[in-house]
Amino acid sequence: MPGLRYLLFLGCVIPYRLSSYEISARKVLEKLGVELVEMPEFNCCGFPMDPINHDLMLTLATRNLCLAEKQNLNILTLCNGCFSILNETNKMLEGDKELREKTNGYLKEIGMEFKGTIKVKHLVHVLAEDVGFEKIKDAVKNPLTNLHVAQHGGCHIVRPAKYLGHGDDPENPTMLKNLVRLTGAECLNYMDETECCGNPIIGVNEDVPFQMAREKLGHVKAVKAQALITVCPFCHMMYDLNQPRIERNFNEKFGIPVLHYTQLLGLAMGFPPEELVLNELRVKPAELLSQIS
Amino acid sequence: MSETQEYTPTIIKAEELDPKFKYKLSKMPGAEKLMLCFQCGTCTADCPISRFSDFYRPRKIARMVQLGLKDRLLSDDALWLCSTCFTCVDHCPQGVEIAGIVRVLRNLTVREKGVMPIVFKELASNILRTGYVYQIPESRHKRREMQGLPTLPKPNLEDVKKMFRITGSSGILETVQTFDKVKS
Repeated sequence: MPGLRYLLFLGCVIPYRLSSYEISARKVLEKLGVELVEMPEFNCCGFPMDPINHDLMLTLATRNLCLAEKQNLNILTLCNGCFSILNETNKMLEGDKELREKTNGYLKEIGMEFKGTIKVKHLVHVLAEDVGFEKIKDAVKNPLTNLHVAQHGGCHIVRPAKYLGHGDDPENPTMLKNLVRLTGAECLNYMDETECCGNPIIGVNEDVPFQMAREKLGHVKAVKAQALITVCPFCHMMYDLNQPRIERNFNEKFGIPVLHYTQLLGLAMGFPPEELVLNELRVKPAELLSQIS
Repeated sequence: MSETQEYTPTIIKAEELDPKFKYKLSKMPGAEKLMLCFQCGTCTADCPISRFSDFYRPRKIARMVQLGLKDRLLSDDALWLCSTCFTCVDHCPQGVEIAGIVRVLRNLTVREKGVMPIVFKELASNILRTGYVYQIPESRHKRREMQGLPTLPKPNLEDVKKMFRITGSSGILETVQTFDKVKS
């Protein structure tokens, strides 16, 4: 088996706001034998610029891909947005000569050229496809058999399907569910699991995303899940950071802790909660932690 | 919701139509298949935003594009409500990338009307200044150190500036008109 070595594409929102995700991911991945190489000189993945200038997005994204090509390492992202834009750009340029030539025309100005020699993977793909279920199962020392949780994988690791190529079904994704089950926790089904979190438009309209998140939290509460598990910083902020505001706006109580998957897996691997920065969650998981011996 | 509102027919005047618009748009990446839309409405039925918005209707956008209602489309704030979940793209029986069409229309609004929501101007300015889409405060950098995390790499701001310039984005940021929130 080739070494599990990746270039970590951290993106912007994780260092800006969610070091809990970064810290727990680094801990868990290290223990699973995944080596993360820091990515020098990276810039914004490009995702936030697509609505205003598609060519700017392509250029920002491709520059990041070129940096990875220089090191001859596949990219690992923790964020669905970064994954989607880098993976999609990588696939689009591989398959479209005209687009590749146009983008390389831009990149020439900064002395770079896209060659299409690396792959882009999200944390979920690295865990499910490269590390493998067996190895993760072996690393689980403290199975969370008392817990029943729900998961929200988010849109941008499964859609649009034509660029994905990671074998999960966008209509019924199972990769994250299976990863949750490896921790020993029960992974509950709930209504409209694949529904978008709404976060991408929160800058132009708060009403719609808040109604979407309220509905999601309601469905999660209806099946009595003790936590919601996410793998994207944007989905996480929508359900954790905004949960108290959603509760106030709609005069409803949810009290659902939202954990990064790496925190859940970390607990199952025997890391103490402090090391996984569970204290930084907005909705405190005290009750959940009391269930874990 | 709109179902309970009184129905007022929309009157379209012939001079509003730009018959070449659909051909122009279908040459742009993402909007190539717009002519294949046969108005089944799957996109709107499955759109999570449409469920909670009175104005955002992807099927209507596709029809307006085919009719050539360019000015109406480029001055419609509802374009900015798409959350890019790509459900419409994956569900369209004709393979029309509705979210791609919406993105093309947003790009055109910026380029031809010189307008964008203020949040995008802020995000773009952050990237231009720092390489990151959010301005990461000094306290965060210090905290990383305390938490034992590696220092964030210094972005190459020369490259970032060049990328904005060569893709025609720096000029727009100086002259663009902005608006704040979009009603739903």
